[in-house]
Amino acid sequence: MELTQSNIKKILMDNLLYVVLLFMFVILIIISPAFLSWIVIRDILMQSSTRLIIALGCMFILIVAGADLSGGRVVGLAAVIAGSLAQSSTFYNKFFPMLPELPVIVPVLIAIGIGLLAGFLNGIIVAKLEVNPFIATLGIALVVYGFNCLYFNLPPNNSQPLGGFTKGFSALGGGATLGIPNIIIIAAVCTIIVYLFQRKTCLGKELFAVGGSKDAARVSGINVEKILVLAYSLAGALYGLGGVLEAARTGSATSTYGAGYEMDAIASCVVGGCSLMGGVGSVPGVVVGVLIFNVISYGLTFIGISSYWQNVFKGVIIICAVALDVRKNRKKN
Amino acid sequence: MGTPLLKINHISKSFPGVKALDDISFSVEKGRVHAVMGENGAGKSTLMKCIFGLYHPDEGDIILYGNKCLFSNTRQALDNGISMIHQELQNVPSQNVMENIWIGRIPYKKVISPLRITDEDKMYKDTLALFDKLNLDIDPKKAVKDLSVSTCQLLEIARAVSYNAKLIIMDEPTSSLTDKEAAILFSIIDMLIKSGVSILYISHKIEEVMQISNEVTILRDGTLVGTYKIKDIDSDFLIRSMVGRELTNRFPQRPQNPHLGDVMLKVSHLESAVPGSFSDISFDVKRGEILGIGGLVGAQRTELMESVFGLRPVKNGTIEINGEPVTIKSSGDAIKKKMGLLTEERARTGILGKLSITDNMLVVNQRYNLPRYRKNLIFLNNTLRKSDSREYTKDLSVKTPSIDTQISSLSGGNQQKVLLGRWLMLNPDILILDEPTRGIDVGAKYEIYLIMRKLTSQGKSIIMISSEMPELMGMSDRIMVMCEGHLSGIIDGKTATDEEIMKLASSY
Repeated sequence: MELTQSNIKKILMDNLLYVVLLFMFVILIIISPAFLSWIVIRDILMQSSTRLIIALGCMFILIVAGADLSGGRVVGLAAVIAGSLAQSSTFYNKFFPMLPELPVIVPVLIAIGIGLLAGFLNGIIVAKLEVNPFIATLGIALVVYGFNCLYFNLPPNNSQPLGGFTKGFSALGGGATLGIPNIIIIAAVCTIIVYLFQRKTCLGKELFAVGGSKDAARVSGINVEKILVLAYSLAGALYGLGGVLEAARTGSATSTYGAGYEMDAIASCVVGGCSLMGGVGSVPGVVVGVLIFNVISYGLTFIGISSYWQNVFKGVIIICAVALDVRKNRKKN
Repeated sequence: MGTPLLKINHISKSFPGVKALDDISFSVEKGRVHAVMGENGAGKSTLMKCIFGLYHPDEGDIILYGNKCLFSNTRQALDNGISMIHQELQNVPSQNVMENIWIGRIPYKKVISPLRITDEDKMYKDTLALFDKLNLDIDPKKAVKDLSVSTCQLLEIARAVSYNAKLIIMDEPTSSLTDKEAAILFSIIDMLIKSGVSILYISHKIEEVMQISNEVTILRDGTLVGTYKIKDIDSDFLIRSMVGRELTNRFPQRPQNPHLGDVMLKVSHLESAVPGSFSDISFDVKRGEILGIGGLVGAQRTELMESVFGLRPVKNGTIEINGEPVTIKSSGDAIKKKMGLLTEERARTGILGKLSITDNMLVVNQRYNLPRYRKNLIFLNNTLRKSDSREYTKDLSVKTPSIDTQISSLSGGNQQKVLLGRWLMLNPDILILDEPTRGIDVGAKYEIYLIMRKLTSQGKSIIMISSEMPELMGMSDRIMVMCEGHLSGIIDGKTATDEEIMKLASSY
């Protein structure tokens, strides 16, 4: 293809997300050349990891034309539950003083299971009771947060931050394998699994069909309710994993963990090309969406700009991304 | 005659994959009814939308009172004396009649400058005056959602007149009107003509056009066939010009010795779980047979067939396939019994608009024929999916740049072929087609008829709901006519007449 002016413009527009990410990187490097280092990139990827896992969950919801306001609170509950079950036997202030040290996999699976359950409930309420997803997940968010506070306040803990996690559990968030932080490896594996699921399985394709048109999907013999429950459940499980990693990464957990993460996740998905109308969304898009937000947070701190500005930038980016997307789609039709 | 009111000058307009209008020219004189006719997909609505500022023509000019004009929005068109009655109703159901009439132009009165409130009294008086002029008897304060469809249509007409336009475009205004209401419309048109207004009148109804218009422009597949004075032509000429070939060729030949096999589907005493829908419907379809289902709007034909397909709940009755009683509680059950359903509302219940042709075609088969598309325990074989999609796209001659093209960018006829492919892939024994050729151009229609004939020659059974009489009579072996949820009769398709069907369709 000849590189005429209009062609270049088209290539830039088609890959706008990558261009924006690259552009931000270049600007940051120009301002502060030290930005270009493995440590910085590693830190950004580590910070992005939990956010990415949560955003992937959110993507499922957006693809089926749903909404999920419970994400952050489910992350918080999963973090507290995992944390309470992952304390080392020598820690002085244990949540369950008599609990022996459990293998790492136990708190992880229980937390993911709790997340899955919360998502499943969301799905049932949306699909079977036909409650608007906005309201259904708002309700579940409150219920989940309420239970989390009750659990967190159980004696002898009485709402003190959890800590003293076992080495194995902390290694999920802080350890490294072959020099690559474990948390990045976990996020990468999740991303690949979600990508393959979405692109190469029948259920993955049916998520898009249901999101594109529930009525048409139903005529085509797709069990629409089942697919909706599946999407919310998968999202819940990913939120659960996100909570586990958040506790492991920070070495602590409180009932306020995860607050507001659902909004960040929705924003990342939308910037990454998911449509709030359903039927559209790609894993690479969501990955770049998450990275853009984390590069902004980290980069602005790195070059010494007030963190208050970060929110201003994020807000502007969300609006610009959607405004551009609308225009791009309009041209196509 | 001097300068024509409106001159269409070499207008062309393309959409991705289709040339909707190709070099169209004609003029509309002052105070005349100028009809525009053509089969579905001929480009009539596209042309009207170009004139009204909803679309931009790629080439050509629109000349109004001798001035070149291209409206970039409908506001400009309205301000320049063109108003339009759309094919689809454009009402705001939650508002009342007068608010709908004056939408965008609601009169205000000042309370304390700059605070303004709507001037209900003026609006009410203006509405009454307008209805008085048009001889309409509608309460201006009634909510639009409480009006019948035909009254809503009259409301649209009143609104179009209220702009004091010099040219009113009417896009199939009588499609939801009874004869009595159509007569009201014609008297309104008569009155408008006498006051010097011109009408661009789009209709499928030949008698209507012969009765009320002065000239007619005929379009076919986006090209201009010609503009004629009504007094110089007859209805046969109109039909021939629209279709582009003799009427005898509109349907493929019936097979010489049709071989109907055993009963494939037998429905007995079926009653809907929805009160007021259908009840006590019994019929059967044989192998190799096309059963047409005729009836007017509200006959519950779609509801019946969607119930048979498991999409709507049933209270009573039995369904047998190949002599065995079956329970169909969901579309999945029906598909497992080798049934397919091509729905009436293509945009809402047919296409998955955001997905590609391949994903649209495979959506049924990849689940109900899963072993075929499985590469291993988990993943689908995307190469096979694509090659199957490519094969059907070619066989059905779907016009598309690629099989990865988004289905919503195809024309209606090509979308319909993709959807047909979706069901053909499943190799169904019973195929239910609900208005299979609605909104499709003549060529694609004929291709769909050929596919239907091919399927029946393979011993498949087809149930075809259709509101087009010629289609019912040209394709069906038997025609079942419904009226208001009742079965009014089943007649032989080869000998059926319009009158016979119409009589049955209005027998309750």
